[in-house]
Amino acid sequence: MNTREPVSPQRRLSAAGARRRALLAGAGALAATQGLPALAQSQFNANELPPIPALNEYLAGRRVQFNRMQLEIPRVADNGNSVPVKLGVLGAAPGSVQSIHLFSEVNPVPRMAVFHFSPLAARYDIESRVRLAGTQRIVALATLTDGTLCVKVAEVVVSIAACLDGN
Amino acid sequence: MADARVQVPAQIKRGAPFEVKIAIRHAMETGYRVDDVGKPIKRNVIREFVCKYNGAEALRVDMSSGFAANPLLQFWLTAGDSGELVFEWLDDSGARGTERAAINVTA
Repeated sequence: MNTREPVSPQRRLSAAGARRRALLAGAGALAATQGLPALAQSQFNANELPPIPALNEYLAGRRVQFNRMQLEIPRVADNGNSVPVKLGVLGAAPGSVQSIHLFSEVNPVPRMAVFHFSPLAARYDIESRVRLAGTQRIVALATLTDGTLCVKVAEVVVSIAACLDGN
Repeated sequence: MADARVQVPAQIKRGAPFEVKIAIRHAMETGYRVDDVGKPIKRNVIREFVCKYNGAEALRVDMSSGFAANPLLQFWLTAGDSGELVFEWLDDSGARGTERAAINVTA
């Protein structure tokens, strides 16, 4: 049996159960993050532009259409420092797309990227990796040569945000 | 410091689309981080990236700290004549980087 002198309940709690409690806490945190996307999904409206001043400035009151633009980004990004992103414009004839903008809702630099295409572009498909400073909506906006603006809004839940130090 | 890896198809048919992949070695320092003694690390990100195909601008990208470190870009161009792709970029510190890739077009 136990030959050591009796220890206080608190001591025993902190010694023996530390790892178990850490595991339990981890499981709880996991459950919480798994619940998040579903929660966010219910409030997320893909046909609504998030309030991004830089985006409004670029639009300058112009109307956008919520079709043709393609934006593939994970719903849940484990690490905001590097999130794969795929852009494309559906049914775009050669020479019909001028540029694709990428706007972020919460990044300190809201205008993340602008891709300017040339007549040499064969397709308007771009793949890259971006940084996200937290859970937010991302807006991809294609400016066609005829002035049409095609938009796609996506929401990303970010577990570990980029640029944590400064904010 | 600036360094890059480029991938293009070994042979491309004239008029066919081909994919260009480039990964640039660059820390893309955001300016929001601090060093070990709490001093802010100065921002140094690539601001501008241009890909030229036989001298003509093929793709231009305005970049920001919103790009992940060691930025990766994949895009599509149409094969014209054999020649070369020249990639150029400029960061906040004023450092310019260049990389080249030969384009081999078959009839």
